Amino acid sequence: MTTKKTINRRSFMNMTLAFAALAFVAPVHAEAVDFSRKTIEFVVPFGVGGGSDTWARFNAPYLAKYLPGSPNVVVKNVPGGGSITGANQFASRAKSDGLSVLGTSASTQFPYLLGDARVKYEYTDWQVVLAAPTGGVVYINSDLGVKSLAELGKLKGQRLVYGSQGSTSLDLVPLLAFRLLGLDVNHVFGMKSRGEGRLAFERGEANIDFQTTSAYLKSSIGMVEEGKAIPLFTMGVLDDAGNLVRDPNFPDLPHVSEAIEIVTGNRPEGVEWDAFKAFLIAGFPAQKLMVLPKSTPAPVVEAYRSAVRQMREDPDYQAGKDEALGGYEQVTDSAGEALFAAGTTIDPEARDWVRALLEKDYNTRF
Amino acid sequence: MLEAMQSAFIGLLSFEHFAYMLLGIVVGLGVGILPGLGGIAGMSLLMPFIYGMDPVSALAMLVGMVAVTPTGDTFTSVLMGIPGSSASQATVLDGFPLAKKGQAARALSAAFSASLLGGVFGAVLLTGFVVVAKPLILSFSTAELFMFALLGLSVVGVLAGDSIMRGVIACGLGLMVGAIGAAPATGESRFDLGLDYLQDGIPLVIVGLGLFAIPEIAELIRRSRPIASRGGLGAGWLQGVTDTLKNWFLVLRCSALGTFIGSIPGLGGGVVDWIAYGHAVQTSKDPSGFGKGEIRGVIAPESANNALQGGALMPTLLFGIPGSGSMAVFLGGMVLLGMQPGPSMVTSDLNLTYTIAWTLAFSSILGAVICFFLAVPIARLTFVPFNLIAPFMIMVICFAAFQARQDLTDLLVLFAVGVVGIFLRRFGWPRPAFLIGFVLSGQVENYLYQALQFYGWSFVQRPGVLIIGALAIVSTLMALRSRVSEEGAVAKEVRGETLQKPALGGATKAERRPQLVFAALLLLTFIYGVISSAPLSFLGSVFPFYTSVVMVGFSAYIVMMLAVAKPGHSAHFDQELAARIQGAHDGTSIWPSVGWFVMLFGLTALVGFIIAVSVFITTFLLARTALGTGRSLIYMALCITFMATLGHFLTLDFPGGVLQHYVELPWPLK
Repeated sequence: MTTKKTINRRSFMNMTLAFAALAFVAPVHAEAVDFSRKTIEFVVPFGVGGGSDTWARFNAPYLAKYLPGSPNVVVKNVPGGGSITGANQFASRAKSDGLSVLGTSASTQFPYLLGDARVKYEYTDWQVVLAAPTGGVVYINSDLGVKSLAELGKLKGQRLVYGSQGSTSLDLVPLLAFRLLGLDVNHVFGMKSRGEGRLAFERGEANIDFQTTSAYLKSSIGMVEEGKAIPLFTMGVLDDAGNLVRDPNFPDLPHVSEAIEIVTGNRPEGVEWDAFKAFLIAGFPAQKLMVLPKSTPAPVVEAYRSAVRQMREDPDYQAGKDEALGGYEQVTDSAGEALFAAGTTIDPEARDWVRALLEKDYNTRF
Repeated sequence: MLEAMQSAFIGLLSFEHFAYMLLGIVVGLGVGILPGLGGIAGMSLLMPFIYGMDPVSALAMLVGMVAVTPTGDTFTSVLMGIPGSSASQATVLDGFPLAKKGQAARALSAAFSASLLGGVFGAVLLTGFVVVAKPLILSFSTAELFMFALLGLSVVGVLAGDSIMRGVIACGLGLMVGAIGAAPATGESRFDLGLDYLQDGIPLVIVGLGLFAIPEIAELIRRSRPIASRGGLGAGWLQGVTDTLKNWFLVLRCSALGTFIGSIPGLGGGVVDWIAYGHAVQTSKDPSGFGKGEIRGVIAPESANNALQGGALMPTLLFGIPGSGSMAVFLGGMVLLGMQPGPSMVTSDLNLTYTIAWTLAFSSILGAVICFFLAVPIARLTFVPFNLIAPFMIMVICFAAFQARQDLTDLLVLFAVGVVGIFLRRFGWPRPAFLIGFVLSGQVENYLYQALQFYGWSFVQRPGVLIIGALAIVSTLMALRSRVSEEGAVAKEVRGETLQKPALGGATKAERRPQLVFAALLLLTFIYGVISSAPLSFLGSVFPFYTSVVMVGFSAYIVMMLAVAKPGHSAHFDQELAARIQGAHDGTSIWPSVGWFVMLFGLTALVGFIIAVSVFITTFLLARTALGTGRSLIYMALCITFMATLGHFLTLDFPGGVLQHYVELPWPLK
């Protein structure tokens, strides 16, 4: 509680400072924020119909309802380059008037963390107003004879098969997790979605799979109930202090760090773990981030954050959020900032380690 | 199950649901008729409205839209020879010649009735099989999917025309263009020429428009005549329906084909119309009329592309994996409505599935009926000089291309593909073969790689693989028997006869020089393919490298034949020369038409799309028609209003040029 207060006080000080600076530079903005008769563009760097698009379209009406002046909020899709194109465009064009806001996802964060040459955006130029976590479950085919995580050692010397969307996609997280668990996994790339990966699992072509929570609950749980699949561990969630804890959706399943400890007998640490943790957080607890340019005046940012706080109390939002967000609560303010910071930074040594690994073992070219 | 069917049926009959379904149908027909815009654009148009709507009404609207897009697109394909969407490219091949002969009415009514039957067939299959489809869909592994992609490629043989070799090379070029961008196995970027744009590959809609729409429009502007040469729509309305009924077995087979292709996730419906067309040619007793206005060439693709949707809904609902392009957007819509597709769609949510199936059937019928009514007024357009329609068409095509990535490069790539398309057309390289190669390229490479990873080479012993392999061989052999080119069918040709044909491909070396230069450029392209893919990692290079190597050999052969073979050799063809010999040449050239495109794209790069289009439309109308200044300006204003309205609903910024870089302008100019 004390920490929270300090942060609030600090952000309040920042706010006052920013206010003072603004009063000097741009007196127009010092007035109360009012978006009436304005149109706000919620830029989604993906095509219509994907996960990030539906996330944005779920949130857009509530933002419209609770932002001061009830502006018109439209989702603008700028697809291309696996979200790099749209994020680059936002970085170069967005103004600090709060009339355009960007929704990034793990596919935007990963190339940034990996130092992809096409990335022209810089997360430190942005500030977060909303962070949406998600989680997921890893499970294996029951024919392998492993009944629970503790028996995973039985698979020594056996090659597992995983249908992957690519070494730099969200599937990088399971890839690194499997290595930390000492599993020998053949990653078959070229899956167009996790759904295709699951199809390969159901056909028996792959024997280890990962699904995000909502997809797992909808489509994979049946295989677990029929005894065809054994769930092993979850990706966990972050608590307020930034520690990895069990996913409240699956209290009986260990999270990935516990899993590594159970299987290897050691608490995970070192550069490999640091690298994994950076991508784990960017991929799950901080999967979707709604950002404004850093130069956006504090009152505008506060207007957004206040809208998010009010939206979370909205009965319609609460009724629809489980389907749309997969059972996780979206956060703002200090909790959002903490996720933003953890999900968009990586130790340079850990980055180099991942890049070297992907180049050497998975034919990835940067 | 029966109960679920019944409640779904009653739910749909309520006024509200019916009204939304009708709205979906109207949007679907609209995007269908506009060239280049199809189901995906329609979905994107409707998406902003569905949030918070009653789920059943919203579903009715979305499904209504998807169901009729492949019905509405027939208008453009038949009446103008420009595919209304990628689903009815094959319809052009025989539908357009029928329209030119003044039999537009017959072609349209045959197409609509075939669409109706196909759509209903797909819906019935969806209803009947969705509950038991899961094990069937799961039984097709990556190995079988690879074989299906090969089977798809075998259709190229049918469409190869005069020279099998040219067909294979065109297909090879498509395979190579399809390999542009990230390699499925390693993510390496291939053939990107250093452009970020190409790292995602070239969008299908741009390839489709570049290959089929641009060359056709350029040709029509050049002639500047009404499309139909004879007056009257022809009294063929009843005739068309009778044609469809007479060919009921073909309709049935193509509908089954369409439903099946849609139901296997990963096969993709991108070329279903060509496959159905190829099937119609292969199974025809007398294929000599194909390509010249054979009604079966219209019926086959139209029944298949409507039936596709019913099939495509199966994996979409059962596994949450889209069975076609527009289904991917449909999936997003379902999630927004609070529905997660998955196994529950055949258990607790079965009534939703049946609502979808019923809506599909209803909309197919209603859509076709509306089309019958619209047909007479719309078909009159074929008697209007094309130059009056051209500016609007060109504008819509640019808009459709720009929808793909919202980048000025979209238009430049469209132009580049269009120029290639013009040459392919002129020198008799089958464009459908190119398109099929392009669409199937990713599937062939990806599934082969995946099958090898999952099964090793022993995948070839799987029974499914052997059966589909045998089908592919039969299909190739049948293709050799009856081939179709854009110049008409090439049936039962004996070697001796070939030499006695008039030298349509040029009697002297000088006459053949343009063809030779083009073929040499193709050869150079393939050599580039070999050189640039060689240094990549093994998994990233193996497919484009070997494809290019084989194509270097084939195209070198064509270059040689163009240089040394006797006149009349099957490798020789030049439409310009052929037209001169047949007395159809009117002394015009296609390049002034291309100049108009250059003007539009160049202006866009300078002053942005909206300003460029307004200048282009006005100049074009003043120069090429007798409209006069006042009416030209009104025409232009209407066009810009139309664009801005569409852009507004799709939340689009139009491409900007140098001007927009320096000066901030209000939307839509920005």
